[in-house]
Amino acid sequence: MSNLPFDPLLMAIATPLGLALLIALGLPKRWTVRLSYVAFTVPLLMALHTWWHFSSAPATSGYAFLRTYSTGLDGLGIALKLGLNGISLPLFVMAGIVGLAAGLYAIQSQAERLKIYLMLLLIMHGGLMGVFASVDVFFFYFFHELALIPTFIMVGVWGGRDRSYAAMKMTIYLTLGAMISLVGLIALYVKSGANSFDLIALRAHLAANPLADTVQNNIFGLLMFGFGILVSLWPLHTWAPLGYGAAPSSNAMLHAGVLKKFGLYGLIQVALPLLPSGAAHWAQPLAWLAVTGNVIVVGLVTMAQRDLKQMIGYSSVMHMGYAFLGIAAGSAIGIGGVVLMMVAHGLSVALLFLLATSVHHRTHTFALDQMGGLAQKTPVLAALFVAATFASIGLPGFANFWGELTIFVALWKFSPLICALAIAGVVISAIYGLRAAAWVFFGAPTARMTEIAAKHPPMDLRWTEKAPALLLLAALLFLGFWPKSLSDPLNATLAELKFQSRSLVTKIATGQPALSR
Amino acid sequence: MNLEAVKLAAADNTWASIFPELTLGCLALVLLVLEMVLPKKHHGVIADVASAGIFGTLIGLFVRWDAWLGEETFSGLLHHTTAGQVMRVFFLVSALLVCLLARVALAKQLMPRVEFYHIVLVVTAAMMLLAQSNHFVMLFVALETLTIGLYILVGYFRTSTASLEAGLKYLIMGALSSGLLLFGIVLLYGVAGNPGLPGHTSQSMHYAELARFLAANPDNFIASLGIVLVLAGVAFKIGAFPFQIWVPDVYQGAPTPVTAFLAVASKGAGFAVLLGLCSAHGAFAAYQWLVTPVLTAMAAATILFGNIAALTQHNVKRLIGLSGVSHAGFLLIGVIAARNTPLALGAIYFYLFAYLIASFAVFGVMTHLAGADDADQELDHYAGLAKESPFLATVLAVGLGSLAGIPPLAGFMGKLFVFIAAFQSGARALLAIAALGVVVSIYYYFGWIKAAFFETWTPPAEAGSAPTRPARTKVGLVAGLTLGALALASVVLGFYQGPLGQWLTMR
Repeated sequence: MSNLPFDPLLMAIATPLGLALLIALGLPKRWTVRLSYVAFTVPLLMALHTWWHFSSAPATSGYAFLRTYSTGLDGLGIALKLGLNGISLPLFVMAGIVGLAAGLYAIQSQAERLKIYLMLLLIMHGGLMGVFASVDVFFFYFFHELALIPTFIMVGVWGGRDRSYAAMKMTIYLTLGAMISLVGLIALYVKSGANSFDLIALRAHLAANPLADTVQNNIFGLLMFGFGILVSLWPLHTWAPLGYGAAPSSNAMLHAGVLKKFGLYGLIQVALPLLPSGAAHWAQPLAWLAVTGNVIVVGLVTMAQRDLKQMIGYSSVMHMGYAFLGIAAGSAIGIGGVVLMMVAHGLSVALLFLLATSVHHRTHTFALDQMGGLAQKTPVLAALFVAATFASIGLPGFANFWGELTIFVALWKFSPLICALAIAGVVISAIYGLRAAAWVFFGAPTARMTEIAAKHPPMDLRWTEKAPALLLLAALLFLGFWPKSLSDPLNATLAELKFQSRSLVTKIATGQPALSR
Repeated sequence: MNLEAVKLAAADNTWASIFPELTLGCLALVLLVLEMVLPKKHHGVIADVASAGIFGTLIGLFVRWDAWLGEETFSGLLHHTTAGQVMRVFFLVSALLVCLLARVALAKQLMPRVEFYHIVLVVTAAMMLLAQSNHFVMLFVALETLTIGLYILVGYFRTSTASLEAGLKYLIMGALSSGLLLFGIVLLYGVAGNPGLPGHTSQSMHYAELARFLAANPDNFIASLGIVLVLAGVAFKIGAFPFQIWVPDVYQGAPTPVTAFLAVASKGAGFAVLLGLCSAHGAFAAYQWLVTPVLTAMAAATILFGNIAALTQHNVKRLIGLSGVSHAGFLLIGVIAARNTPLALGAIYFYLFAYLIASFAVFGVMTHLAGADDADQELDHYAGLAKESPFLATVLAVGLGSLAGIPPLAGFMGKLFVFIAAFQSGARALLAIAALGVVVSIYYYFGWIKAAFFETWTPPAEAGSAPTRPARTKVGLVAGLTLGALALASVVLGFYQGPLGQWLTMR
């Protein structure tokens, strides 16, 4: 068990939030920067600590490090209950890593009004650690919203092109998604009759008294579309590329990398185990939406992008399609694949956003067709970018490979046709990924590039930029070569939650198209 | 009630049960005396006396919190309940904050000051009685006292045509609503006193007696008409559709502190009355078949109208007025849920307090940004606020965020409680409309925040032309501390409800 004298999960949440409060109360800038290093590092240390001790820590109902703090709403079954199971542990660790990388990148970014910038980023980071550490569904939602608010402000104030429009559009879309999922969660709370938002109590209660099929279908539908908007399920994804395109880099890293996983995590941790027949009911529409919309259509749209940041934004929407497919397949192996992919995608998309901004600092443009030949001047940046692209495509050796592979395996059982379409998507992502890397770094420099290079000779990455990038890359490689370190606890939890595999394959014997569970 | 009853009341200290209202009334008179006695240069102290008096009353209320709980006094005119006590606190806090805003707002006008505080005190006392009334006579007297006081307050800036116009509009609309209410009361009184009907009573103004009669005649047409008319009269006060039409003009024309008073305290008073009439143990409990559909239609239309109409507003007073209409709709959902869900009562009270805290934060900022022409407060005036006064901008953002229902602010918890109560009581369709309303409302609240944070103020291009927006008022110490406390309270109540939460969620 944890031999720390305090609750590591609470510490991971409270440190960034506490520093944010200090900054709001008027901490001087010098101290803000110094303490920010600490506040961004502590959550990662806590996450690593819990990872190391996870298998040896005593678990209650599948959760380790369980602690409850009352906030006065026990009458409604709401309390701040923190704990980790095999599904939340990988994401908690990933949030710690990406948070530190985003924090380091923000500190060196020399943004205007750096203090406020760091304060908002710290609030976001604290909220994110809270999302994955919460066992109480209410606080799970609450921390998500807490992390979401800074996004709107950061896009609006520090954003790039069209920031005002992007901030407004993001706010409205994401509020819509959040409201729909809130209604779904309230429906779950009231209908379950457990009189508790505590996930452990809900699971126990619903295992004994499952909900009627229609109720499950309705609630799962609400959660699927509500969370779906937050994860950019096609056709409600249009906020994502626009928002990421306009967002400042550290914010885009945290949002696309970590915060967006909230919806998927909610579906896996809350909706699937509690509403199994609702999930079966929606599996087919969800799979088709994801494969045609997110994977194929958005994949093709990504190929047509000529703006580096927009392209990364669209590619992240596309990769969310694979996650939805794994959820639709519903088997333990599919869900495990989704969790691994969420971790890998979080790391790789954060790395890509970070590098895209570093590219921009050297080229002063995001337009792909105006760049070229940067590799000669900045070999390290080029190498990192190509590695990040490989990771994003899902080549072996990187964490993404295991996630996608297991999803495809699960998908084949579900429906070979959908699986084939999804694999075709990998080809699309290889095309746009490699083409973008080629445009930026290889070939002859364009006339505009030579002009800019004459004015501002491009420097290779400084150590302050390199450190967060290497941190992310190291994590990607570590999990690529040793996924077992996360998948062992994950498997234990998945086995306990009894995910059932589904199949769309027509039962020829009876002649009925059936969705067997 | 005859002379004997009054004597009786005096003999057994019943008067002590309404000591907060009596204190406020006496305080109001003291202010007038002070104005006559004190030399002119010391008149500034009168506002302090008013605020201190209200604060003292609040303390006294807490000290004697359960002295009269559960009792009916003055031959059943008043019923002292926990809900009544909570609403008393609500009105006293509102009055305290209104006095504070008035100090800032009145400093910009050449107007008599003392009468303003005097009327605020009287109106507050009336609201407190209204929230505890258990009898239609008491209800009507208290309601008229409060409404007449508000007529004067709305038209208080008598040199401003907008203020006068608002006062006149409020007077006409208010008189109409009083007429409807009175007609409804009379119909109920008449039908309940009809000796030909079962359960008829001579005390039919008394809620409990009326409830008994209505239970014995669950489908009487005249009684139904009376109930609908009473609801219509109250709907005027809370600004619910289709009686919300006065809201934008009156809110814009009234002095900003009065707008705040109308938006918060007057609305709270309306809901206190509605809860007394429509909740599970209210006077109209037997007519749920009628009350629920009427209120449901009203709530749905109110939420949609308030939010959609607010989208196109550029004047912040109109904007917050219409957003207040939509908040009345959310609260109406709570009232509907209160018929069968115990949680709903706690939800409404939490919502009201969260609304009070957030609204006064926003109104406080508005008061500091307003110029000599109080009605002229445009969204454009907020451009660049974050750079010029980060403090006011932060308070504004927290207040608006709480009104919009964004976690981790108190407004979100209020909405959450109301939504849970609505779902428990089975009002699913309303819940869907409310969720939609929240999304729409984000647009205009966010637009306001955007104006303050993201936009920069560009002064008129030609040199020498007058600036097109009023100068910002410097934030004083007391005002600054209060606004800071309000913002902090919005944040803390969103995170941690503590004993308050335990009390609210008690079953």
